[in-house]
Amino acid sequence: MGITIELEVNGQPVKREVEARTLLVHFLREDLNLTGTNVGCETSVCGACTVHVDGKAIKSCTQLAVQCDGAKVTTIEGLASNGELHPMQSAFWEEHGLQCGYCTPGMIMAATHLLDNNPSPTEAQIREGLKGNLCRCTGYQNIIKAVQTAAGAEG
Amino acid sequence: MYPAQFDYKRATSVEEALALLTEADDVKFIAGGHSLIPMMKLRLAQPEMVVDIARIDALRGITEEGDGVRIGALTTHAEIAASSVLHEHCGLIAEAAAEIGDTQVRNRGTIGGNIAHADPGSDLPAALIAAGATVHLQSASSTRTVAAADFFLDLLTTDLSHDELVVAVTIPSLGRSTGCAYLKFEHPASGYAVVGAAAWVKMENRQCSGAGLAINGVTATPFNGNEIAQSLVSTDASDDRIAAAVESVQPEDPMADVFASADYRAHLARVFAKRALVSARDRAV
Repeated sequence: MGITIELEVNGQPVKREVEARTLLVHFLREDLNLTGTNVGCETSVCGACTVHVDGKAIKSCTQLAVQCDGAKVTTIEGLASNGELHPMQSAFWEEHGLQCGYCTPGMIMAATHLLDNNPSPTEAQIREGLKGNLCRCTGYQNIIKAVQTAAGAEG
Repeated sequence: MYPAQFDYKRATSVEEALALLTEADDVKFIAGGHSLIPMMKLRLAQPEMVVDIARIDALRGITEEGDGVRIGALTTHAEIAASSVLHEHCGLIAEAAAEIGDTQVRNRGTIGGNIAHADPGSDLPAALIAAGATVHLQSASSTRTVAAADFFLDLLTTDLSHDELVVAVTIPSLGRSTGCAYLKFEHPASGYAVVGAAAWVKMENRQCSGAGLAINGVTATPFNGNEIAQSLVSTDASDDRIAAAVESVQPEDPMADVFASADYRAHLARVFAKRALVSARDRAV
């Protein structure tokens, strides 16, 4: 019953056999051991599972792995390069944009997608851009600051 | 939550997709998956086979066509929201698409899947009805068109037959001097429309020369308020006239849940119909 898919994950070619019903998030976590992407609500609401597919932020709990055959997928593990944190990761660190950290990978993936499309967002645009990501700890203030810091704005 | 097991096939053309429909008893098409996958996870849908149509390029994109716009079924909400062509001809559709879910959802969800699913709290259906859109359907043996106003039959139920695929939606150009507004009372948790009013008003020489109105979320299918909106034609579409017109927004059998009673939804329908018509008129300059 397996279907062979070939894709690029964090710059590395990957070839695996998956069940048709395997969701992208489970493929990443269980087949590729990329456990940075979290499973939250499983109903495409909370955004904890946000990754990039072909440069766009998507919720990997609501996508089949087989739909990603041939795609380029970036997860939170793919942001840092040569041991250097991605500017968004550094900004979340600097501004303490997290408490428990569960939403953080998805939050950072959504925030990087936001800045990819709008390098200097207003606070309202940041809030709208992160609408699909829920945080139950921080009250969002430091998350907003982190995105502003990453965008080079005053925090 | 995993979907039940199913066979997966990928179609590279509309013809191939439609031919695959005959290979199993219960076949579903998948594009963005944002209506189907949640249904499959909840086991409310357990198709025997899923046919992936996401790579059929002929079904994608927004193009000017005649005196209007054609939106391929695979066009995502994000693409619709950002479309300069739509903003020029019928900004109402783009404005409603921008209200769907969130960025990630709009990056995957498609107009074809959205209308085929027919969720009453969805944002696009009212905009399509208000704008006078047409849904284009294709089966292995024929093609046909249905007015958006006739497409939605009941809760999660449309005029789409089991042997058909939504291939496109066409929208007539609303022309110059037209203002649009989609205003939504959003469920704070789900983001779906408790009530969402889509309106357009055309103003020429301070007189209304055309208008449309439809409302999501209140009834099982969108409330069609086009006749109510058209009662403003040949008037100045003043606040008072709009307020009087929306008194006719009396939805039959409004939905009720723990968040909003039937009476409250019907009340909100009038409030948002008025606000949407006023906003649309104010933008019609």
